[in-house]
Amino acid sequence: MSRASYVPFVESERQELLKEIGVNSIDELFSDVPREFQVKSLNIPKGKSEIEVERRIKALSRQNRTDLICFLGGGFYDHYTPAAIDAILSRGEFLTAYTPYQPEVAQGTLQAAFEFQSGICRLTEMEVANASLYDGGTAIYEAAMMAARVTRRNKILVDCGVNPIYRKMLESYTSNLDMQFECVSTNGGTVNREKFLKKLDNSVAGIVIQNPNFFGCIDDLTDIIDAAHNVGALAVMSVYPISLGILKTPGAMGADIVVGEGQSLGLPLSFGGPYVGFMATRKKYVRKMPGRIVGITRDDQNRKGFVLTLQAREQHIRREKATSNICSNENLCALASAIYLSLMGKEGLKEVAELCADNASYAYYKLLEIPNVSRAFKSTFFNEFCIKLPCDAKDIIGELIDKGFAAGFPVGRYYEGMENVALISVTEMRTKEEIDNLAAALESVIRDW
Amino acid sequence: MKLIYEKSVPGRRGVQLPDCSVPPHKARIPSSLRREKSAVLPEVSELDVVRHYTNLSRKNFSIDTNFYPLGSCTMKYNPKVCESVAKNEGFSRLHPLLPQLRNGGILTQGALKVLYNSERFFAEITGMAEMTLQPMAGAHGELTGVMLIAAYHKSKGNNKKRILIPDSAHGTNPASATIAGYSVTTIPSNKDGVMDFEAFKKELTDDVAGVMLTAPNTLGLFNSHVTEICKLVHEIDGLVYYDGANLNALVGRVRPGDLGFDVVHLNLHKTFATPHGGGGPGAGAVGVIDKLRKFLPVSRIEKRDDGTYALNYNAEDSIGYISAFYGNFGIILRAYAYLLMIGADGLREVSDHAVLSANYIRVKLKEFYDLPYDRICMHECVFSASRQMKNGIHALDIAKGLIDLGFHPPTIYFPLIVKEAMMIEPTETESKAELDAFIEAMKKIAQEASDNPEELHNAPISTPVGRLDEVAAVREMNLSAN
Ligand SMILES: Cc1ncc(COP(=O)(O)O)c(C=O)c1O
Repeated sequence: MSRASYVPFVESERQELLKEIGVNSIDELFSDVPREFQVKSLNIPKGKSEIEVERRIKALSRQNRTDLICFLGGGFYDHYTPAAIDAILSRGEFLTAYTPYQPEVAQGTLQAAFEFQSGICRLTEMEVANASLYDGGTAIYEAAMMAARVTRRNKILVDCGVNPIYRKMLESYTSNLDMQFECVSTNGGTVNREKFLKKLDNSVAGIVIQNPNFFGCIDDLTDIIDAAHNVGALAVMSVYPISLGILKTPGAMGADIVVGEGQSLGLPLSFGGPYVGFMATRKKYVRKMPGRIVGITRDDQNRKGFVLTLQAREQHIRREKATSNICSNENLCALASAIYLSLMGKEGLKEVAELCADNASYAYYKLLEIPNVSRAFKSTFFNEFCIKLPCDAKDIIGELIDKGFAAGFPVGRYYEGMENVALISVTEMRTKEEIDNLAAALESVIRDW
Repeated sequence: MKLIYEKSVPGRRGVQLPDCSVPPHKARIPSSLRREKSAVLPEVSELDVVRHYTNLSRKNFSIDTNFYPLGSCTMKYNPKVCESVAKNEGFSRLHPLLPQLRNGGILTQGALKVLYNSERFFAEITGMAEMTLQPMAGAHGELTGVMLIAAYHKSKGNNKKRILIPDSAHGTNPASATIAGYSVTTIPSNKDGVMDFEAFKKELTDDVAGVMLTAPNTLGLFNSHVTEICKLVHEIDGLVYYDGANLNALVGRVRPGDLGFDVVHLNLHKTFATPHGGGGPGAGAVGVIDKLRKFLPVSRIEKRDDGTYALNYNAEDSIGYISAFYGNFGIILRAYAYLLMIGADGLREVSDHAVLSANYIRVKLKEFYDLPYDRICMHECVFSASRQMKNGIHALDIAKGLIDLGFHPPTIYFPLIVKEAMMIEPTETESKAELDAFIEAMKKIAQEASDNPEELHNAPISTPVGRLDEVAAVREMNLSAN
């Protein structure tokens, strides 16, 4: 028996199977494949033992700088993930199940997904949510497409405060489609009302806004959402779920489609994924929403149960007419988020958000005490803020790496004219001491510049 | 079982947070920007949560607990070492924006090397020139692939509007082609279960941008015309897409690139043994031939002369960003560990035994169930419940009967071209004893279908719930806890 491929057959069993099938060799089973296209061997190393693989991967992991004190955010945050999450995710019954196509043997997956949907609805104050999308970026794209479907229009206004990487994704996905995008530049770090109002007319399918936006600024966007509604457009709002522990919700502001990156809800940074995108909307738009949705129903004995529902929107039924091509989503990550929301609970989520905001507040004023450091915007922020440095932020942040800090993100990478601006994020993981040390390190780097 | 929300006790806590170490500054965020009421999340203890979700997990079938021959899904064993290495803090705590800092690539050399090496492995396995690992599932890979096809035609000034797809294709194929901006033409299958060659040739006109094929197809059959199809498509400057969801049948033995395919996607959560997680996260690596290389999404991983790895964001002809970073890195890392473990020799054993086992089931069951395409199959075989239907027993009833015998059902009612389809994919990791037990169960159900069909209509009876009313679910739209 071969161990390396996890094939449990011994030679006698193999022979028995071949005999039953009525062929002499495994090769015969491949007779439909032209011989000349069957390779003899691949240029891939020979299989290794578990010990060797572990050793090799550990060695690779040591070539990654996870020791830097993290003030880097930009939509992806160093939050605490309680140990119970991983313990539950490691259950083979969750980890190694497929999509719940047979509900009777998937009630665990289905109920957990329903609880995830419920958590997202309660967090955002929206009516319905789906069972997840790939990530925050594809969720924005799906929301823009959904707005176009609902309104039968094709123009989308995107605020420049929306994560610039997500805006690039939007552009890529729609470059061959009859869709039109216009970016609306921000004003003082927040939505430019005047420009938005000027561009809003009845050709606009939707507006895409983000709160807190990429600069960390927070705002009440009710007025701009109302203005969108006045021309028959939908408002798509991307949110940072942890902030909703305390911030005014997209539901309260009147948003029609709410999306976001769920990484902050219990998922490790993991170099960019797997994460989880979420989407919530109003009940009247649910049939236009992409992605799987779990609903409650009853069995023949009137027992409550969970099923995938409203499937007539999806690719396996509608094929080319489906609302989206998504099939596998990020179920296990959504489960992590559902567990996170349960563990933190009503008070815990609020406390995490307050801790983040308080730490950020302290860091902000501490850093502003440094000579030649100034505020970039006047707007209020949640746990991430922009400061203006006396020279290129890219260089200063680069210097701070040598002092042990991932000190923030150089905003000039995505925003012309903002080369001296650094985006600094502070979560509940940071201590006063770490913030003080960052301030001291930044002060010395600037002094020696 | 109650919802976690229904287990709430006001004031109960699950997690203790540190005290605020800085002077609190609550007034900074004015009440006008705050939510009015706290989100109504559960108020439960850590044990409440652990017990709730552990008990939920016990309501699932999974590979770790049951044989799971779900066709087209390649539910093979997911080695545990791949899980444990992926949890290494040197990866799990790595921030994806680090490489965008000054000299940032140096901070993440280990991760970049994993990505680079994985790309090389998958390129070798598929016979493609270059890979991107960014797509986050199979369907996402398809969309990326069709976007690459579109970029190619745009660059050549080709005015092509259609994509041809056989009727046996997975639903994601036509959906992906459509959202990438193409119109889809469906090609019927012939009596041998593969795309009708004549019908295909008739539709293959100058306005065809590409053809999306699954090989082996969703009937588990390999189309021996495949190289000829590729040639014909290339003659009109079209491109041929390979849906690699079924690569488990061919891995280590046949490379789509050698057959003439131009774009390939792989489901790492199928062939490369990463766990499916009850519906993701997956990963859908995409490979392309040389002339499509320049269109691949940014960022690209490059190996420098000094042996270090770097990310390149400046690809002029690229389709742009399809993922914020490098795709589902944690999943790619698991697949990389799997590849290191099994190596080239192991890969060949995968397809050999996946095909061997499927054929064994085929011959053992064809006496009891109709086999619409009675020929050697690849990694899966598709039966029909048409014989049982005479007694009022449908594929659905057989599926539910299997549940009571402890087996996850096969994929049913897909592919759509087989009436009452039951698509069985055993994979290479199940033992002969397990296959035999499944075969016996299927025989038993066939017997019951003729002797005692009423019983089967009531199945399953061993599960927490019986058959659920899906029509009522749509009607009532009870989609979140109220
Ligand atoms: C043949 C085929 N193509 C594509 C897909 C889509 O893959 P994913 O679910 O990862 O998007 C599947 C998965 O079910 C499949 O079986």
